[in-house]
Amino acid sequence: MSQSLDAYLILSALLFSIGTFGFLARRNAIAMLMSIELMLNAVNLAVIAFGAFTPALQAHAALIALFVMAVAAAEATVGLAIVIAIFRNRRTPLVDEYTSMRD
Amino acid sequence: MALPQTIPLLGWAWDDLLFLLLSGVMLGAAVFVVIGRDIIRSGLSMILAFAALAGIYVLLGAVIVAAAQVLIYIGAISVLILFAIMLTQTKGGPAGLVFHRQSWAGALAAIGLALLLVMAIINTQWPQAVAERLWSATTEIALLLFGDSLYILGLQVIAVLLTAAVIGGVFLAKREDQPDPGDRERPELTSRRRPSILEQTPPPRTPVPPPQAERSYSTEAEQP
Repeated sequence: MSQSLDAYLILSALLFSIGTFGFLARRNAIAMLMSIELMLNAVNLAVIAFGAFTPALQAHAALIALFVMAVAAAEATVGLAIVIAIFRNRRTPLVDEYTSMRD
Repeated sequence: MALPQTIPLLGWAWDDLLFLLLSGVMLGAAVFVVIGRDIIRSGLSMILAFAALAGIYVLLGAVIVAAAQVLIYIGAISVLILFAIMLTQTKGGPAGLVFHRQSWAGALAAIGLALLLVMAIINTQWPQAVAERLWSATTEIALLLFGDSLYILGLQVIAVLLTAAVIGGVFLAKREDQPDPGDRERPELTSRRRPSILEQTPPPRTPVPPPQAERSYSTEAEQP
């Protein structure tokens, strides 16, 4: 089971779907950011799995995964700063109460 | 003491047991991240999901990536998210709805995406397991990253991106020195469907707020 690429890819697909549901369904902005982190981790898992089953690509896969991690760190920094800035103005972390552009 | 080649009763390889354990822990923790009512517990279980994923990376032979996962995700991003949770917690948050009212559409989309991906994965011929797996590609990674390849450009772009993210994060999260209380009363929020969030939680407005001033502010907001 751990010797087939299918298992890792299915695991990655399930993790990505869980992250998708969390991003679409949660009301809390920080929970949405956590769901994005889960999705990025799922993509990383798929990349690493492909690299592990193709020996010529192993170092490339590790590098791509490291780059994705760096981008995820930057995204988390800016995203959480935006959430904190909005929270300072609106007093709520719930995204369906950010309605000042709709009203 | 040497372990037997396979698990004694089940006949599985040890890798399979590890894979099942780690993936089960990871999926369970990820589901709890998504459906958990208490956001702090969601954050903590996200750390558990990241740790199990680092174990899966080790199982795949990507030791460097596993170390980076522990350092970056468990060490840095989780702490960042936990601090952001602590800075943005309100009393009305855990009591309210966890999901949107249209979350069934999100559930349908996620289930459809999962089915699509799983069917595509099952119906494709993937390369099978290689006989000998490279256990630590550290030298190759270093040569690729700093040698004659295109990744050196990516490295520099990542450096610029991280610098920009740090500057942008500081700029966004910086508060003004003199916050004007006039435009922060927000009368449109008090007539919302859930005005309890604004009224029940005295908002800490400054880093060291005098609590009496805070309470008087919230009562002022309730008076009209």
